[in-house]
Order: sequence, then structure tokens, then C-alpha cells
Amino acid sequence: MKILAEITDVRINGRGGQGAVTASRLLAEAAILEGQYVHAFPNFGPERAGAPVTSFARISPEPFYEKTEVYEPHIVVVIDPTLLDDVPVVEGLRDGGTIVVNYDGEKDSLVKYFEGVHANIYKVAGSIIATEEIGRNVPNLVMLGALIKVTKLVKVESLIKVTLNRFKGVLGEKNVVAINRAFEEVE
Amino acid sequence: MSGVRQVVGMTGDEAVAHAVKLVNPDVVAAYPITPQTIIVERYSDFVNNGEVDTSFISVESEHSAMSACVGASLTGARVFTATASAGLALMYEILYVASGMRCPIVLAVANRAFSAPINIHGECTDQLVCRDASWVSLFGESAQEAYDETILSFKIAEHPDVMLPAMFGIEGFIVTHALERVETLSKQQVEDFIPASRMVRDRFCPDENKTFGSLVLQDYYMEIKRQQEEAMQNAYKVTKDAMQEFSEMSGRKMEIIEKYQLEDADYAFVSYGATAGNAKAVVDRLRAKGEKVGALKIRLFRPFPSLDIFQALSGIKAATILDRSATFGSPGTIVQTDIASALYGKENVPSLHGYINGLGGRVLTLPEIEEVYEISKEYNNIGMTSTTDWVGYRK
Repeated sequence: MKILAEITDVRINGRGGQGAVTASRLLAEAAILEGQYVHAFPNFGPERAGAPVTSFARISPEPFYEKTEVYEPHIVVVIDPTLLDDVPVVEGLRDGGTIVVNYDGEKDSLVKYFEGVHANIYKVAGSIIATEEIGRNVPNLVMLGALIKVTKLVKVESLIKVTLNRFKGVLGEKNVVAINRAFEEVE
Repeated sequence: MSGVRQVVGMTGDEAVAHAVKLVNPDVVAAYPITPQTIIVERYSDFVNNGEVDTSFISVESEHSAMSACVGASLTGARVFTATASAGLALMYEILYVASGMRCPIVLAVANRAFSAPINIHGECTDQLVCRDASWVSLFGESAQEAYDETILSFKIAEHPDVMLPAMFGIEGFIVTHALERVETLSKQQVEDFIPASRMVRDRFCPDENKTFGSLVLQDYYMEIKRQQEEAMQNAYKVTKDAMQEFSEMSGRKMEIIEKYQLEDADYAFVSYGATAGNAKAVVDRLRAKGEKVGALKIRLFRPFPSLDIFQALSGIKAATILDRSATFGSPGTIVQTDIASALYGKENVPSLHGYINGLGGRVLTLPEIEEVYEISKEYNNIGMTSTTDWVGYRK
């Protein structure tokens, strides 16, 4: 009997212009670099700058076939803290799953948003890190740094490699500094 | 066999563009349309950067794109274009000119629903309705298959026994815009697989007195059409052989139909494109529950591999045909009616249960596919040999 592939489904909730699509792509590229199998894609709709958007990455160490959209993610990454009030970010999140939020308040106040949700909740001050290290509030890759620390989905070295490949020069280096900081500071 | 395989993350559209780059056709004439646009955008980058020798012709419509392709092809050029949905519909008139004038043009289709209502998402109706246009027609499940079929299509189309245009389709967004791992080929591998330039018997050339596209009435029209049918029949063996050669060259098994867990199966899914991936995933889930079920994926749609499909489904009790295309007032789904024709009058064949699903990008989830499987079994149990339903919509 064939063992079913162990697939991890990731959903990234962001706002148009924050790089949710780039984040799912680079996460998937890092996984490919490690010999993993992926299917990563944005949810294409009428996106506008600032409107809520989602992107997805399906990752497995083994080949897999399914090509459906992601409705029941194991992991949710929230790039923009204002989404917590506007969008049901835990929709479909698997029981015992993981949610990583860009949040600069105390963790206790974040946990209140997820009352009754059985999930591992993490936060990192992504916007502050992005603003300080990159010079702009674009925390998409910062959040990946936090994500991979708590899920070990890919190695940080792999994420850094694909980041430097995508963003040449200073911008790439600044993102790497920010990724490393999020990796250290996530709680 | 290849040496070290290079693995790259690419979307389906990017995979097509990079594969065309290795082929380096003489002419690309195209008009952008979602979800195909990335193919020609990337390719125009390659042209602009001098990475290919291709003449890139920007045109004002898909009708003009295919017309330019025909003109270029008649001069002996190797030609590529890409389109989707309304763009393919606008090309429709010229599709018949391309095949009738025996132009081995290669066309990538980013399968997308037709308007109205306007919709940009995945559905394969656009390509399936070109079934009678005398084009070789293939479907791909993944970015890898998009990459491979791009190169394969030139080999089939330009074969002297075929000399017909070829199209291959990948579904909008779920393949065209999704990142997957793609094992790439080297320039040398592609050059060894297809000749550096087309072999040309007749071509439009200022130095030669030849006529192309002349009026042919009752006297010879039918003979010319009959030659197209013979070419299409030849394309069956040419495709089989080309896939065999491609498999040996790439180390990736490629067949006109793919059989998954069918050896001991009592029941089967039949599908094509990305849906075939979902069908295989459901087979794994059902097998884990002890169901004897397999999946058949159709990669070559025209010429239709009737014999292969009959052999693959022989001994199966019931076949669940997942067809991501719309047809109205038809005796079955588009692919179901072909399969029914292929099996008609034969012994030991399954009951056929066609399901129109996934229109306009609607997702038929894996649990929904399992439900459909149970419905097929029930139909079969009560002796229904042919059914057609719409599934995955609000009733």
C-alpha cells in the first residue's frame, strides 16, 4: 500500500502590494532547493493595492499529485495585522495548526483574537523589523523568517539563497538581515 | 539518459517560455491574453536580450497572430504562438487554414473559460472545441509536462509523415501561474531531439514559382482533406515514437495515455490536464481505504488514442470521466462521447459516467471527487451503462 505523501499546506494572508505572492513563491523555491516538491500559487481575483489577498504553497518531501486550491491549511501566515479585524484569517486552519502573525503588541493581546481556536500561535513584529532593516514596511519575507523558525518547513539558508537570487544587491542583503532578525525574534 | 538533472522552480507559463527558448523558433507571432500572457512576455524578454534569434511579431489580434504564423510557416520557418479562450476562438478560422496548408505551427493554450460571463480561470473547453480542426492536440498536467510538451510538439508537427499544426494545453492559473519543480533539458539535448531547422519540402520563396492557398472546388477539395486525415492517423504513431524517444532522452516516462494503479483495478477515473493529478490523489486516498481503483490520464486528445483507451479500460466495471469542459445538449461530456465511440460494441468494457465539472476555475475538491466515484459505482450497480451529470455547483 502506498503511503500517502505528507503534505503541508500554507496560506499567506496579506494585502495587495505587500508581496504575499512573492512570499509563497520564494518559500516554494526554497523547498525546491532542498529537493522538496511544491505547488505554489496566488488566489487570483480582482486584487487592488490594500485589498485582502491570499497566496498558497503546498509543500511535501515526496512527490504529490493534487492540484486543488488550499482550503484547510496547516499553517497560516498573516502579513498585515489589520487583517485580524477584517478577514477570518483562521478560516479552514487545521486543528492543532500553526498561525504566525505580524504583530507588534504583547502576545497575550494577540491570543485574544484566537479564542477557541486550537492552534499554535506565534507573533513577530514584522512591520517594525521591515521598516528598520529594509527601510519600508514590506514584511513579506520577514514573516517567512518567523514561519520557518517555528515550523522548520525549510532551512533558513535555503530561504536566504532564494531571496538573494530574487533581490540582487543591497535590497536582497537588507531582506536577509530582516529574515534573520525575525527568525530570532519570533515568539 | 541525461547526466545531472537541473531542477528549477517555474510556473507553467514560464516553463513553456523557457522550453520555446531552447527550441529557438524562427518566428513567434502573438497577442497577449490572460492566462497566457506570461509566455509571450518572457519570450519577448529573450528576444529583446538577444538570447534567441526569433523574429517576434506583435500583432493586433489573435486572428492576425495565427495568420502571421501561417505566412511565416509557409516560408519554411519554425513558428510558435500561444493563446487562450477568446483568443483561441478568434483564431478558429485560421486554425483550419494552418492545418489545410499543412503548416506545422506549435500553439500553447492556457486553457481558460469562454465568456459570457467573463472569467479568466481554468477550463478546457477552448481547446476541446478545436478537435475537428485537424490539429494534433495534447494536454499537460503540470509545469513539467508543459515544458516537455512544448518541445515534443515541434517534433510531432514537423515530422514529414504529419506536417500538421499541434496545440497543447495547460489549465489557467492552477498550472499556468503555479510554481512547481521542473527538470530542465540542455540546449544540446533539445538540438539532438529536434533538428536545428525545419525540413521543408515546399516553401513560399521569391525564387520559386509556386502557388499556395489556391481555390480548390469539387474536383480536389475532398482529396486534400483526406490527406489531412491520413496525416492525423500518422500522427498517432509519430507521437508514440516521439514520446518514447523523449522518455529515453529525458529520463521521464511520457506516454499518450498514463495508467495509474490500473493493473488490478475494478473502477477507474478518466481525466486529462490538472484534473488528472487530483484523480491520482483520490486514487491514493481510496486505495488506502481498500478500494480497487485506478486512474487513466489522456495526454493525446487528437488523434484520439481509441485502442489504447479500450485496452486500458478493458475489464474495468465503471469509469468516472472528469471533464473540465462545458457542452450543452450533448449526449455526454466532450471526452465521454469520444470514449463511448472508442468502446462501442466491444466486450468487457466499463459503464461510462461523465461529469462536467470545474467550469470557470471552480474547484472539485478531493472529497467531492470521492463522492462522484461513489455515485458512479451506484449507477453501475443498478445497471446504468452511461450517465452524464454536472457536479460541484449550487443546485
